[in-house]
Amino acid sequence: MTTAPVGRVRHELIYVARHNTKLMIGAGFVLAMLVLALVGPFLTSQAPLAFGGDLQQAPSSAHWFGTTTNGQDVFSQFVYGLRASFIVGTLGGGLAALIGMLVGFVAGYRGGIIDEILTMLTNVVLVIPTLAVLITIAAYVTTRGFVTEAIFIGATSWPWAARAVRAQTFSLVSREFVDVARLSGRRSWKIIATEIAPNMSSYLLMMFILLFGGAILIGATLDFIGLGPSNAISLGLMMNNAVLWSALLLGTWWWFIPPGLGIVAIVGGLYVMNVGLDEVFNPRLREM
Amino acid sequence: MRTYVARKLLTYALTFFVAVTIDWAIPRFMPGDPVQGLISRMQAQPGSAHALTGYYTKAFGLDVPAWKQYLNFWAALVHGDLGVSVWQYPRPVTDLIVEAAPYTLALLIPAILLSFFAGNKVGAMAARRKVLDNTVLPLGYVLTATPYMWLALVLAYVFGSVTRVLPISGAYSYSLQPGWTLDFALSFMRYWILPFASLFLVGFGGWAIGMRNMIIYELEADYAHYLEALGAPRRLIRRYAYRNALLPQITGLALALGAVLAGALVTEVVFNYPGVGSLVLTAIQNRDYFLLQGIFLCIIVGVLIANFIVDIAYVLIDPRTRIGMQGHQ
Repeated sequence: MTTAPVGRVRHELIYVARHNTKLMIGAGFVLAMLVLALVGPFLTSQAPLAFGGDLQQAPSSAHWFGTTTNGQDVFSQFVYGLRASFIVGTLGGGLAALIGMLVGFVAGYRGGIIDEILTMLTNVVLVIPTLAVLITIAAYVTTRGFVTEAIFIGATSWPWAARAVRAQTFSLVSREFVDVARLSGRRSWKIIATEIAPNMSSYLLMMFILLFGGAILIGATLDFIGLGPSNAISLGLMMNNAVLWSALLLGTWWWFIPPGLGIVAIVGGLYVMNVGLDEVFNPRLREM
Repeated sequence: MRTYVARKLLTYALTFFVAVTIDWAIPRFMPGDPVQGLISRMQAQPGSAHALTGYYTKAFGLDVPAWKQYLNFWAALVHGDLGVSVWQYPRPVTDLIVEAAPYTLALLIPAILLSFFAGNKVGAMAARRKVLDNTVLPLGYVLTATPYMWLALVLAYVFGSVTRVLPISGAYSYSLQPGWTLDFALSFMRYWILPFASLFLVGFGGWAIGMRNMIIYELEADYAHYLEALGAPRRLIRRYAYRNALLPQITGLALALGAVLAGALVTEVVFNYPGVGSLVLTAIQNRDYFLLQGIFLCIIVGVLIANFIVDIAYVLIDPRTRIGMQGHQ
């Protein structure tokens, strides 16, 4: 093949991507939440943890999402919580993708005993229920921040990504172009970076999206059982506070509906985006 | 077949070993001292605090070298001794977990099995069927992206606080004593529905989407096109596709166990359900590290057993392994 079709292929991908409803809808939701997370804090005068005079107010023009039993502004908490979710998702998902790629590439490229050891390690971490470990660790750490939380999440949620990368690497390693690269005497990591990774870049992107969404969900779960960051707010913590202050009995639905909706919008958006991307990269899956 | 099971068992044994080691190491190498925490919670006099420190250090076996503590930990574990709860001193941790576990299992097992079967069936029906796909797919994505505790909160709010059709706190009416009576069973069922529904719905969404995507892959496979070219009825092709798509779904079931379990824990917290999840919350709030450790181990053992069951199911369902067992590849 000459180089001309490559440009045309990329062009076609962008065209298909822009006409893929799933990708556009999913990305729309995620972007809307991202914009809200970035701009939202400027739209509210009350700090997320500050106690105002209005207690337990339903949504109004003064407090768009109402206030909590203690007079905290729910909208303010919501937009800062969104920020926290994106931070935890990016850092946690990013770290998990990094570890997963490192383990997967090395295991798949090297093979042999190294592969055996890494696969065993992956399987062990895969079976151990992540949340149980996180609960136990987080319970001992007295001051917690979003970064520590993200590191914990990233360090425990990489195994399936490692397995996926390893399987893909295996299928690429025996191709001629990799053999040629090996014959040229390039270093292994360079071959992985220039020959193998680019050939599965779409796959890696989709993997990162799933890890990102997963990290947000795990983070929210941790925050909900009271192991979230101290002196900060997140969407999981909002739900935790709502339950602690019996929002269910008081009927203050505006306290716990927005944080969950925010998570559903981000994570659901990411998942739908992923199916859209799958269809863009894999013509066989497109709707007929 | 035999090497497959042997490999799996080796992995599980290793996992158990690693998990026990982590479980032992976390409280000992983390900042913060559980015994000090326990005593500061008692707010004892300075003099008695010193005596108490010695007493508890001995009681929890923290006064011997680390390697000996590790061996003692294993020895106690083999005897089913997970230590003593700090929160309900001096009750053994095992007692508390044995009391709570049935409630969690009563939620988890039906939720996992029913959502898996229903989700797969509906997902398979939806694939490449315009109208059904356009309803099942968005619904599935919303459900699978929903945090368990939020769905639980919404269900509790709608059916408990607003319409008051179902109870939302506890596992049975407080006027009853747990026992094998009809009254208790009926009460238990009423309290069980909502937490079960939260777990079921999130799982259902995930399985339906997984199956729908799998079936589409399968319908594009060569064998499906070949069958189509031969003029096979669509129903038959879909049946083959379903059987092939079910295998990766079963692998997915093993992977999803941890997440469902996490979901059960937080769902219990929302509904104040007296299972392991509520126990975790109490343990965290009371800084009962020994209880937390014990729960961690029980969860690991439970997940390992469940994983093994899924492995066996995979071998039984996959026709290729069956043929392998009969001796002609």
